[in-house]
Amino acid sequence: MGTGIGARVKRKEDRRFITGKGKYTDDIRMENQAYAAFVRSPHAHAKVTGIDKSAALAMEGVIDVLDGHQLTGDGIGNLICGWAISSRDGSPMNMGAWSALATEKVRYVGDAVAVVIAESQALARQAAEMVEVSYEELPAAVFADKALQPGAPQVHDNAPGNLIFDWVIGEEEATEAALAGSAHVVDIDLTNNRLSPNPMEPRAAVATYDEAEDHYTLYTTSQNPHVARLVLSAFYQVAPEHKLRVIAPDVGGGFGSKIYIYPEEITCLWASMRTQRSVKWTGDRSEAFMTDAHGRDHISNVKLGFDADHRITGLKIETIANLGAYMSLFSSVTPTYLHATLYSGQYVIPHIFGNVKAVYTNTVPVDAYRGAGRPEACYMIERAMEVAARQLGVDPAELRRKNFINEFPYQTPVILTYDAGDFGGNLDKAMKAADVAGFAARKAEAAARGKLRGMGYSCYIEACGIAPSAAVGSLGSGVGLWESAEVRVNPVGTIEILTGSHSHGQGHETTFAQIVSDRFGVPMENVSIVHGDTDKVQFGMGTYGSRSGAVGMSAIVKAMDKIEAKVKKIAAHQLEASEDDIVIEGGEVKVKGTDRKLAWHEIGLAAYTAHNLPPDMEPGLKEGAFYDPSNFTFPAGCYIAEVEVDPDTGVTEIIQFTAADDFGTIINPMIVEGQVHGGVAQGIGQALLEQVVYDEDGQLITGSYMDYAMPRADDVPFYTIEHNTTVCPSNPLGIKGCGEAGAIGAPPAVINAITDAIGTDALSMPATPQKVWMALQSTASLQAAE
Amino acid sequence: MDMTGEYRIGAPRTEVWAALNDPAVLKACIPGCEELDKTSDTSFEAKVVQKIGPVKARFAGTVELANINAPESYTIQGEGNGGVAGFAKGAADVHLAENEDGSTTLSYEVHATVGGKLARLGSRLIDSTATKLATRFFEAFQAHLDPEAEAPRSDEDETDAAAGPSA
Repeated sequence: MGTGIGARVKRKEDRRFITGKGKYTDDIRMENQAYAAFVRSPHAHAKVTGIDKSAALAMEGVIDVLDGHQLTGDGIGNLICGWAISSRDGSPMNMGAWSALATEKVRYVGDAVAVVIAESQALARQAAEMVEVSYEELPAAVFADKALQPGAPQVHDNAPGNLIFDWVIGEEEATEAALAGSAHVVDIDLTNNRLSPNPMEPRAAVATYDEAEDHYTLYTTSQNPHVARLVLSAFYQVAPEHKLRVIAPDVGGGFGSKIYIYPEEITCLWASMRTQRSVKWTGDRSEAFMTDAHGRDHISNVKLGFDADHRITGLKIETIANLGAYMSLFSSVTPTYLHATLYSGQYVIPHIFGNVKAVYTNTVPVDAYRGAGRPEACYMIERAMEVAARQLGVDPAELRRKNFINEFPYQTPVILTYDAGDFGGNLDKAMKAADVAGFAARKAEAAARGKLRGMGYSCYIEACGIAPSAAVGSLGSGVGLWESAEVRVNPVGTIEILTGSHSHGQGHETTFAQIVSDRFGVPMENVSIVHGDTDKVQFGMGTYGSRSGAVGMSAIVKAMDKIEAKVKKIAAHQLEASEDDIVIEGGEVKVKGTDRKLAWHEIGLAAYTAHNLPPDMEPGLKEGAFYDPSNFTFPAGCYIAEVEVDPDTGVTEIIQFTAADDFGTIINPMIVEGQVHGGVAQGIGQALLEQVVYDEDGQLITGSYMDYAMPRADDVPFYTIEHNTTVCPSNPLGIKGCGEAGAIGAPPAVINAITDAIGTDALSMPATPQKVWMALQSTASLQAAE
Repeated sequence: MDMTGEYRIGAPRTEVWAALNDPAVLKACIPGCEELDKTSDTSFEAKVVQKIGPVKARFAGTVELANINAPESYTIQGEGNGGVAGFAKGAADVHLAENEDGSTTLSYEVHATVGGKLARLGSRLIDSTATKLATRFFEAFQAHLDPEAEAPRSDEDETDAAAGPSA
């Protein structure tokens, strides 16, 4: 088997991961290293009235105890949200101040108030317990809908009524009119449950200040080290960019939660300057639950209209999005442009209107988590379609098929233009693989065993590869969303690819090498991928939004185009042929139709010895490229879940889960399947198990794996995975992206299946056995009453 | 979290009332109480060691007596800070009723909240732990005033078994 595009190449990086030889941030040991531990608020909302550090400072081995007044006194800036969203009246969003260490007020349980720097981690944590912070407790606003009510506690003074923005998309009047004129309107309230991201590796940072050079180095668990450096420099004023190196070494998962720059990294950098020591902080699992940005947490009403022929007339969605106590880096775009732009789903919907109210609460900040806004959109549309089919008494697959978009490009009423897809083909493949035809027999067989069997569909579409920089700029983005790459061919012919994408589980060292191997015919082991270090790679926008294939690889392709052009010039010169007749094949550079050729390494050597290059050609063989996509990409697919519910216990078992995805060109099917497996597992986790719970006082009561249920091996089935490929016309490789699809498409498929089984749509995520059992009892009592 | 309970104590109401206001009695009866010092007629400073779920902590806090209606009722309210373990606070409305046989019926209503690590790690155990603590307090209190009363059932073994390792 080859190693080119489409080959199931085993992951190069797995040898070091599996043998425990990966190098993560906590593995970094600096000379003269000290340890940080944070003093955190036990209250959801309180005034800080005093900090007594004396007992901690008196402990032997404690280097310093630093607070927010010292931090702001040294000119460290507030944390910011990097995407400006305006309200429907044109007013800008109300962003409250967020200091890395709280000064006047704490706003969620876990808000950092002070940091202890000590000679050991244990000592730092012990000393943090000795710091006595006096609080004057305030009532807390915990739930987004209640936070909007008059008289609710105020989280930030500059966000009256806790409203951050009141944003709209689409046409309100036309949509209202379309719904008013509809033969049937589905009207449902839906909640998208709040989730904790749970990457395997908790966040960590090691910061070093070099006084001689006035230079900082930060090792950190980041999905986008260059963006971290930019923000740390430009907004938090830690150091100018040329005086700050950010390295994200091996990173053990992110799921979005490691996009953002958190208070701890900023504090470690600043503390390293204050104490003249390297400062290391490694978060524990409790801190991860308490301080990593959560995901989802939407409360919505959906109205979906149909005409007498069951064609969709209009869609209106009103959502309250909980953004937590502070606006995290991309918190504003997640429930708006990454969310409501997908309201059209896979369907022709003539009129759409969306309204999102973003709200402050006394909970940890909420931001993008695997799928970022698209799972929330997909859940509403696909639940509404299933409910519509039940209310209209038609087959859910056929109702969808009737309303599918079949012609491309298709301009939706909510900004996006879908470039390619085959929604009917996805549905057909999934239905065949799931044996929909045999479902009735399986249902009857399950009923004979006393089990309720149900089937649910989800025809998801999402937008990846974010995105054209000019487009996102016009929508309020503070950054461009291109990607960069550099291809360095060494004198011996080996190749180094420098990329601005960052791998934290995606397998870039393998797939990126595959496209190089495919293009130049060099063996995989002669290609290495360099990423995650701002001193090595000039700039990059990082990895999130399933963009590393569509955008990151496209930048590599662009740089390879330039390499190929130069290689052909060198070969044409040395082989005395025309450039047009040179071909690169199997690691050789040949003159087409002759036996004249040079080995790949001979070209490398020629470029660097420069003894015999074409006149005016610069020596060396290194090219860089910046790639800015022309459109989003639109992965889409059809998921079918088949479940059995035990009516005595309410326990749901997923019997079969079928995924038919259209990801465009696939570089490595094994890695893509792994992404689907992981994404679907997270989607099943959201549908059946996961829920962050705060009590009425804002105390986090799901603060460990005793109380926060992650999916385990026996919660997920063996998956059936199919691909139905339409090539993406918007990038050179035709890639759409696969990282988030599973987490986007799975939840509605699972809930549609359970509600099909139990015969009521009154069920919210997570569908725990208790909730399913309760729903069954209310259905039973209703039926008894009838 | 809310709890209610009722005890019949074989002692006259005035005696029960006096004991409810006696730091030495309270200290002896509050589970895990290491110190209880009177700072005024109606307030105390307390140090209490408690283990809830995986969290073991020494709480330093204050206890206040309010709504005093001698010898019938008062509200005993307290709050304790357990450092990184978090905090706990609560109030109990205690009511004493005289019975015809000269004994006293003590009834209470407790509302308590916890925060920080206690809430995060121990929330599922707080209700059961608090109920056990209240039971232990009032049983000890009953035994102090009425040694003849039926020996109270002890939950201690069970409590320790459920508590798990300390943090």
